[in-house]
Amino acid sequence: MKIKSLNHNFRRSLVTYGIVIAAFAVIQIISGMGMLTNSLSGQLVPICAYIIMAVSLNLTVGILGELSLGHAGFMSVGAFMGAFVSVCLTDVMPGWLSLTLALLAGTAAAAVIGLLIGIPVLRLQGDYLAIVTLAFGEIIKNLLNSFYVGRDASGFHFSLKDAPSLNLDETGEIIINGAQGITGMPRSATFTLGFVLILITLAIVQNLIDSRTGRAIMSIRDNRIAAESVGVNITKYKLIGFSVSAALAGLAGAMYAHNFSTLVARKFDYNTSILVLVFIVVGGLGNIRGSVIAAAALTVLPELLRGFSDYRMLVYAVVLIVMMLFNQSPQLAAWRRKWTAKLTRGQADGKGA
Amino acid sequence: MALLEVRNLGITFGGLHAVEKFSVSVEKGQLYGLIGPNGAGKTTVFNLLTGVYQPTEGEIVLDGKSIVGQKPAVINKAGIARTFQNIRLFKDMTVLDNVKVALHNQVKYSALTGVLRLPAYFKQERVMNEKALSLLKIFDLEGEAAQMASSLPYGKQRKLEIARALATGPKLLLLDEPAAGMNPNETAELMEIVRLVRDRFGIAILLIEHDMSFVMGLCERIVVLDYGRVIAEGDPETVRTDPKVIAAYLGGEA
Ligand SMILES: Nc1ncnc2c1ncn2[C@@H]1O[C@H](COP(=O)(O)OP(=O)(O)OP(=O)(O)O)[C@@H](O)[C@H]1O
Ligand SMILES: [Mg+2]
Repeated sequence: MKIKSLNHNFRRSLVTYGIVIAAFAVIQIISGMGMLTNSLSGQLVPICAYIIMAVSLNLTVGILGELSLGHAGFMSVGAFMGAFVSVCLTDVMPGWLSLTLALLAGTAAAAVIGLLIGIPVLRLQGDYLAIVTLAFGEIIKNLLNSFYVGRDASGFHFSLKDAPSLNLDETGEIIINGAQGITGMPRSATFTLGFVLILITLAIVQNLIDSRTGRAIMSIRDNRIAAESVGVNITKYKLIGFSVSAALAGLAGAMYAHNFSTLVARKFDYNTSILVLVFIVVGGLGNIRGSVIAAAALTVLPELLRGFSDYRMLVYAVVLIVMMLFNQSPQLAAWRRKWTAKLTRGQADGKGA
Repeated sequence: MALLEVRNLGITFGGLHAVEKFSVSVEKGQLYGLIGPNGAGKTTVFNLLTGVYQPTEGEIVLDGKSIVGQKPAVINKAGIARTFQNIRLFKDMTVLDNVKVALHNQVKYSALTGVLRLPAYFKQERVMNEKALSLLKIFDLEGEAAQMASSLPYGKQRKLEIARALATGPKLLLLDEPAAGMNPNETAELMEIVRLVRDRFGIAILLIEHDMSFVMGLCERIVVLDYGRVIAEGDPETVRTDPKVIAAYLGGEA
């Protein structure tokens, strides 16, 4: 009896995986029947990327309780690192291997940048992270816009000025070309890859939350002074939360990059950061499942609403408000809990928990 | 040597001597009271002992080691746990998780162990659950384990804070007005619990309380603060009849 109520977190996670798996299956079936519109099937990988972005941002904002306004910056770091690795490695190894390495490199690069930002900023109390991440998002975009990388027989060349100043010899090729970004990437990201990466992200975040580390992180969010008073090292756990969040944004970026043959830094601007923030606010802060659903729904919706032309934004706003109410209203929350409990009871009993 | 030795502790806030030349010595297993009128500096003493404030002067020695200048988390690991006058629970976490957070340095496993759900995760979580539930049981809170901390009534929130502090395995427990906002029944029950905690865990308890029957009935020794200074110290009888203490309280009420 008691143990069952303690397994609550675990069951809640299971439901989230279930929803993702079911949605994947349904879309595969629809697509198999040829009923998926072109524009929508082109959106599948970006939708997966935005879901990962939302889950990862929720770790910073909803679980750690720090505001980040530059999450797209980490996405762009992952995207450029991943694309760069892919372009360099495509010719020398099988596609799946270079893709895996590209995803890992994008994740790692964003994690390192997250640490570099977090170490000085997370020591401070107050909303400094919001300000610094806002600046970071803009700086990284401008930096990447004027970043040139080339390769020739003598190795890699970097420049922040223009392509000619790379001084490449006749064997040389430009890999990152300033504002024109990276071209010639293999478009190797698939919906199945996105689905698997969503599951991995969910496993990491949900397992982290329901562990000693996650509880320490949430205790800082709820009451910093009390957290310190029970022996939680504030800086350490803020850093863990923030850098895992940055790493997963890098993963999302690396995957996103492999959906296109051209990648430019402009895509990862302030608007993208705010869009992801909207997803997690609508889905409920700290509510991982809500983030998944909101990110998916609010990315698909504009596509589905094309037919409404003029009324598109109006319907979008109405849906936004309804979703907010659904997540925030106490009555609806109670109603939802009741149904989740009903739906999951059978499962738990079956296991003899 | 006493468990806690405080000598000439002092702090000033922009010219205000909130605490001045405060000395106290708490023995292992002792129940010690810290009283005084509103604004006397009692909570400030707790904040100094736990590293929330840095003293401008004085020494704090716990178990033979100086802890002045250490961070609150380090002081907690050294063996001091506390509750807060204005309750500070982790309100969006369950009652059980509030206690499990406090087991942070008692039962450990790495972040990676947790994410990968390695066998150590399940083993240590089971240990944590058992420890947390047995603490909640002492405070008659095990029935509310799965509830959000913020949904508890006031008196139970105060008890949960004590359970949480105990979970850190302290040698010295500081309670800041533990009976505030409790009805007489709850207060009587709390007295029993405080005694029981001291006996079962063998820890020393230093408590601030305005309810005089609570302090006099419970504490073996009492120190009285007024305007940041110690005006009396001794057993309850001595303190109760001390003219300076009576004057401070009457003056405070006027
Ligand atoms: N951070 C601070 N900055 C400035 N003044 C402070 C600070 N903390 C406490 N004080 C002042 O120090 C004095 C002692 O406050 P303290 O909270 O320790 O009193 P107390 O004895 O706990 O009172 P009460 O019984 O009302 O809780 C008060 O005058 C208070 O205003
Ligand atoms: Mg006080």
